Amino acid sequence: MKEVLEILEKDARTTPEEIAKMLKKSVGVVKNAIKKYEKEGVIIKYKTVINRDLLKDDVQKVRALIEVRVAPQRGHGFDHIAERIYRFPEVVSCYLLSGSYDLLLVVEGRDIQEVSSFVSERLATIDNVNSTVTHFILKRYKADGDILKRIERNHRIAISF
Amino acid sequence: MKISKVVEKMKPSGIREFFDLVIGMKDVISLGVGEPDFVTPWNICESVIFSLEKGYTSYTSNKGLYELRSAISKYLKNKYSLLYSSDDNMLITTGVSEAVDLVLRAILNRGDKILVPDPSYVSYEPVSELAGGRVILMKTSGKDNFKLTPEILTRYASSCVKAVVLNYPANPTGVSYTRKELLALSKVFIEHDLIVISDEIYDELTYDFSHTPIATLPGMKQRTVYLNGFSKAYAMTGWRVGYACGPEEIISAMTKIHQYTMLCAPIMGQLGAIEALRGSVNSVLEMKREYKRRREFIVSKLNEIGLECRMPEGTFYVFPSIKNTGMGSVDFAKKLLHKEKVAVVPGTAFGSQGEGYIRIAYASSMDNLKEATERIEHFFKNNGRL
Repeated sequence: MKEVLEILEKDARTTPEEIAKMLKKSVGVVKNAIKKYEKEGVIIKYKTVINRDLLKDDVQKVRALIEVRVAPQRGHGFDHIAERIYRFPEVVSCYLLSGSYDLLLVVEGRDIQEVSSFVSERLATIDNVNSTVTHFILKRYKADGDILKRIERNHRIAISF
Repeated sequence: MKISKVVEKMKPSGIREFFDLVIGMKDVISLGVGEPDFVTPWNICESVIFSLEKGYTSYTSNKGLYELRSAISKYLKNKYSLLYSSDDNMLITTGVSEAVDLVLRAILNRGDKILVPDPSYVSYEPVSELAGGRVILMKTSGKDNFKLTPEILTRYASSCVKAVVLNYPANPTGVSYTRKELLALSKVFIEHDLIVISDEIYDELTYDFSHTPIATLPGMKQRTVYLNGFSKAYAMTGWRVGYACGPEEIISAMTKIHQYTMLCAPIMGQLGAIEALRGSVNSVLEMKREYKRRREFIVSKLNEIGLECRMPEGTFYVFPSIKNTGMGSVDFAKKLLHKEKVAVVPGTAFGSQGEGYIRIAYASSMDNLKEATERIEHFFKNNGRL
């Protein structure tokens, strides 16, 4: 029933009845599959993707990509320290990477000052955090598969053979 | 009289008026579009943009770019075990539309009889007549699921008939044929020594079984002109690139006409097609998966509403019956447009056997399909049921 996940990932508003029609399955089977995925944590939550840049009156939040070098802990590896970091609500994303640094964070704040304070007062001071490099995000073009621009899609003539 | 008699005689689309209505209205959900709602995959666009930057803007050889013909030859061999030499048995055309025109002009003498299904895609009959042919319409009907059978063929085929046009999966009915069914049809074609013009543009959009090109069947390659292109599977409708494969004699004749009238298919289209064959498998599979879901959804919804609709084997069209509304096709389409702002194509646009049916294209987002079917349901409840 992985197709159910594909459909919901495209449009979380799709109802079990509609999914059932699309996949030629009974509504009961679809509902059970969804419940199972929710219980197992495969479906974490249902979300709306919003492009805040288009809200003219809104105060834009500032985001930064932060490279973090850590010393992994005996018995815990990176997981323990990653959890200490990502539990901060300012940390929007947290990834373990291969290469020249260890963790990549996306941090969000009201302004540059707030993000900088977070890095210097909260992040850099954590035991086992060796160094950080902060890159402020100037513009987001595409995030998680979604192009953050209104693309004029339908240029087709209204009726054709 | 300034206009040629043949053209004068050509049936103007009887629903031109309806089309103008649709185009003139705002906020219409159109289920009447004969092309994908997907944009050409980006790898194709990007590759052609790169070529344009490098100055690839000139004519190509009449037959088409060698690289493209080669790629098609390889593709047909791998996919269908269908072998066509890229030199003598293939021509790149400006869409399958041009290929249809060329083959008809290449083979029909004035008065030669040609069999065309009814209902079927709008071009076959008028272009056959333009080429001087005499069209015999093979009537199919809803009770036979609009399928051509050996019985129907035998009714119309005779030694005086020169050729037959096949289109499967078919526009507007969505009908396609299994290998077994095609084998049965092929026996009639062979028996009456017919040239078979096979328009298989929707081949990739076959959902329930593998598509079989009729040219792969015994005794068929030497009499079949196989037409295909890139418009539907790769969402390249505007690029105008297609191809014809067939016996050397016919392809050579087609090339003769093509070199004088068109010169060559657009280089951009041809370059795009090369990239399409090279690197778009995932895009095609994704589109097909999406179409299949929409197909299930719309057939289920329409039957739920009360419009009898069979499950089509291919394309992105369904051809539901509106007979239980008591309205004619054009009347239904006009009323639906005015009252609910949903556009569908009356079945009669595709032949008189389309009366009592409408063509709905599910080449539209799920959101549009959901909204449109709700409006159709509303219309049916308030205007429909007899």
